[in-house]
Amino acid sequence: MLYREAGQFKSTYAEDQQIFPIRQDRIALAVFLAFALLVVPAIGNQYWLGALLTPFLIFSLAALGLNILTGYAGQLSLGTAAFMAVGAFMAYNFVLRVPGIPILLAFVLAGICAAAVGIVFGLPSLRIKGFYLAVATLACQFFVLWALQRFGWFSNHSTSGVITAQQIVILGYAFDTPARKYLLTLGVVAVMALAAKNLMRSETGRAFMAVRDMDVAASVIGIPMMRTKLLAFAISSFYCGVAGALHAFCYLGTVEPEAYSLDLSFRILFMIIIGGVGSILGAFLGAAFITLFPIFLNLASSWVNEFFGVEISHAVVSNLESIIFGGLIIFFLIVEPQGLARLWQITKEKLRLWPFPH
Amino acid sequence: MELIFFIEVLAGGLLAGVMYALVALGFVLIYKASGVFNFAQGSMVFFAALTFVSLTERGWNFWLALAATLAVMVLLGVATERVVLRPLVNQAPITLFMATIGLAFVLEGLSQLLWGSQPHGLELGIPDVPMEWLSRKWNVNISQFDLFAAFVAGALVAVLALLFQKTRIGRALRAVADDHQAALAVGIPLQHIWAIVWAVAGFVALVAGVMWGVRNGVQYALTFVALKALPVLILGGFESILGAIIGGLIIGAGEKLAEVYLGPYVGGGIESWFAYVIALLFLLVRPEGLFGEKHIDRV
Amino acid sequence: MKTALAVALAAAAGFSTQAPAQAKEQFVPVNSYWVGPYAPGGSGIAAGMIDYFKLLNARDRGINGVRITWEKCETEYRNDRGVECYERSKNKGPTGATLIHPLSTGITYSLIEKGTTDKIPIVSIGYGRTDASDGRVFPYVFPLMTNYWSQNTAKIKFIGMKEGGMDRLKGKKIVNLYHDSAYGKETIPILETQAKMYGFTVTHIAVPHPGNEQQAQWLQIRQVRPDWVILRGWGVMNPTALKAAAKIGFPRDHIIGVWWSGAEEDVIPAGEAAKGYIAAGFNAPGADHVVIREIQKHVYAKGQGELEDKSRLGTIYYNRGVLWGILTTEAVRKAQERFGKGKPMTGEQVRWGLENLNIDDKRLKELGAVGFMQPLKVSCMDHEGGGAVKFQQWDGGQWKVLTDWIASDQSIVRPMIEASAAQYAQEKGIARRDCSTEK
Repeated sequence: MLYREAGQFKSTYAEDQQIFPIRQDRIALAVFLAFALLVVPAIGNQYWLGALLTPFLIFSLAALGLNILTGYAGQLSLGTAAFMAVGAFMAYNFVLRVPGIPILLAFVLAGICAAAVGIVFGLPSLRIKGFYLAVATLACQFFVLWALQRFGWFSNHSTSGVITAQQIVILGYAFDTPARKYLLTLGVVAVMALAAKNLMRSETGRAFMAVRDMDVAASVIGIPMMRTKLLAFAISSFYCGVAGALHAFCYLGTVEPEAYSLDLSFRILFMIIIGGVGSILGAFLGAAFITLFPIFLNLASSWVNEFFGVEISHAVVSNLESIIFGGLIIFFLIVEPQGLARLWQITKEKLRLWPFPH
Repeated sequence: MELIFFIEVLAGGLLAGVMYALVALGFVLIYKASGVFNFAQGSMVFFAALTFVSLTERGWNFWLALAATLAVMVLLGVATERVVLRPLVNQAPITLFMATIGLAFVLEGLSQLLWGSQPHGLELGIPDVPMEWLSRKWNVNISQFDLFAAFVAGALVAVLALLFQKTRIGRALRAVADDHQAALAVGIPLQHIWAIVWAVAGFVALVAGVMWGVRNGVQYALTFVALKALPVLILGGFESILGAIIGGLIIGAGEKLAEVYLGPYVGGGIESWFAYVIALLFLLVRPEGLFGEKHIDRV
Repeated sequence: MKTALAVALAAAAGFSTQAPAQAKEQFVPVNSYWVGPYAPGGSGIAAGMIDYFKLLNARDRGINGVRITWEKCETEYRNDRGVECYERSKNKGPTGATLIHPLSTGITYSLIEKGTTDKIPIVSIGYGRTDASDGRVFPYVFPLMTNYWSQNTAKIKFIGMKEGGMDRLKGKKIVNLYHDSAYGKETIPILETQAKMYGFTVTHIAVPHPGNEQQAQWLQIRQVRPDWVILRGWGVMNPTALKAAAKIGFPRDHIIGVWWSGAEEDVIPAGEAAKGYIAAGFNAPGADHVVIREIQKHVYAKGQGELEDKSRLGTIYYNRGVLWGILTTEAVRKAQERFGKGKPMTGEQVRWGLENLNIDDKRLKELGAVGFMQPLKVSCMDHEGGGAVKFQQWDGGQWKVLTDWIASDQSIVRPMIEASAAQYAQEKGIARRDCSTEK
């Protein structure tokens, strides 16, 4: 009833080509964004903003970056965390070494550095395909962390090799509280998500998908293979690089290179698979599942404890959480092998007919 | 002196490579028969070794504990097929891959829930010390245990090769590997085959877990040995048992030589990424891995 | 799905902010890890700390009548989970979190700024940011007892003792085998400085994470033929190193580990190969200390202990947890002396307590911790306070204490700490506190 697009006629090409062609989608998105921008910072406390939402947004952005490469262009990557590390460390260095640089410019430059690294390690994709391609990005993962630790320049010769993100000041306004950092993150993520959504409907995005579906066929119809694949690596790494810069500046503050270990790369890969490969929304849903769900389980088990008044050994609880989490991943995949985003799509299909399915 | 040291590094690397290959074999088996990259292989190694060592510590006889653990691994294989794989037949490889990640979480939680998180020592009665006559005569250090590991790996490959080449099950396995649909069409029970493969992979995990457990102790960190197998797999090809062994030898020797001879010039610790560089160099020449099956793309 | 989650989490947040009104309770978050590769350490330390709180509650009715409460939170040794646990726990209890033990160097880094803003002390005992020992730059960070640099100078002293004098170090060869991470690299500069001072040569050899394969490294060591090996390991790297040392025939009693390489969990997996291995420690092993016996009497005898496996009582990690419990409660006690006995203390007040902590031999005796820990005197300048370590040797069944407390060489360590802290202060634009005006 509410979600019915019948009667929305498009009379111009511009209308037909909007990002969100359905009015209800536009309204929902506007309401959702307004809520996230205006209401959440007002009602959210530090726990919500600083410990749950900000990391969720940052990991969503990283997942989005990986989704562009893996989900849309079909190139498997296990080096996401390394690109984030490049972003984090380079943003720190730009702010440190270029006096008076605007912080957003530093983020963009850091993203460009990550993109450059992405292009270099993307080169083997011209010859190697599928799971085998993972070798290039794995090499990148280990090499970048090694280099960050080995060469003191990256951490300004700190003895332990950690960096401490500088204060974020934009036009004289300091982003120093969790709420402000959340807003900055939200702004960056919203703009970049919109850009990605748009990019994926453009010629470039369609070229990505053609390469994903079958690269031989794509090159036969005249899609330049080298340009397209490397562009995918560059854009994806750019997103991850910016996510890394946000991760250091808006979330953790002080980071060591090990924060960007292979473990994190895998977790971001989990996000896009569970959320939905090749879907912008999927990146967000997947990030929510992987980052927030274990916390929810942890909270839930403490309620169970309180409710029943029995204290179960914490080791047992922690291990049970891990088992339940794993079990749920399997369960969700069996219910919907194409990820949570697909589940949402099915819901929308149903909503179109609801409440009169016949 | 220099030459002897070189030989020692080379031999040490080759023998380390054998240990990697032991882990890689488990991945290959499952990939070959079901096209799944099994992320849970590391957890299976941990689970098997922990079960085995916990049973022996509770006073079980060595062989009895081994048999019991094997039974558990077979059970696990069958259960995995039932609960995880069967509902996901015909899904994309990436979905199956993710399902094995879920399995990894379950297994890691389960093993620590059952047996606790304390690390255990494990001795097989074969000392991990240099063989005396070699070091006396040539000043070359080669560990007895390493040779034993090489022997075990060799035996394992031989048994697996026999299983694949000479038995009825093996023929069915190869048929399934070639084409699921065609295998089903000629009446091969796909589900049984998968259960068998997962059980065999469980056995391989047990062997790898015991061998690595002697080295590192049986603890959660055993799951990390899967990382060591990754470059080996990529280099050797996901589908080839022989590839796992050859890949292991190349990676092992390559990364040790690089660490010892190149490492000091760039600050050391390079073997973590150098293994992938070696694999990458080989792949640029042969994109499907050394022994992987060549795919011909048709539009 | 997402909304259901959001609703549930909203309920959680609402739930957790309902604090009991001004109860006489002192809330201490116990953020640790009970799963994953480091679970043996995390679970042992958490159990020791909680058991000590239980002892105080049972025997002394808390601290001057203020009961200690706690809540466990699983961090999985991951930064994001650690931050989440911190944020979740910081407002609980009548006065919020007393202080935070992040129990991971990575999490400590992430919490330094947050703790300073929220006025909650970040206490990292035996890990974390070494340069935070300079309390002028880091008012809310307390790397108590001893840091890696101090420990390292004590190690060299110990080697000197074994060689028969510091002058005998000349011409000796030492290999520093380190975990290739921020943690592992931290002692490289100080070793270099000391090598120049005493005339020994030092070779740094990196072991890539996780360190479960060390063939190449030990072949290199065999070629260097060092007199001593310093092992700066973590997790599985430790037993693997000991096994690999046995493999090349390097004497284990010439390997000296840091305290994160010196627990039962680090040597048991290595079996026979670990016999004779020496490690530094800032807490003594064994169940034969007054404080541990008290815990047995007042907590375990009533069946209320944290450990399921009682054989872990008196292990290194467990005792380390007890030590952390002692320091936590002593800081609260100190704060109560100034801000009101029998009242729950806020984080800010506890910060004062930590900074003025003075545990002398007399107090150690009262605590039943003579020989269990070193005397400690913290000040605004010096947030470390102790700096000494004991050396212990693994005899195949248990750790045996080899030495008394060996003091560190602050004349080397302190300038490096101040230089590093100054760099941090400059990058962050922090003005140093003037310690002469602190009271």
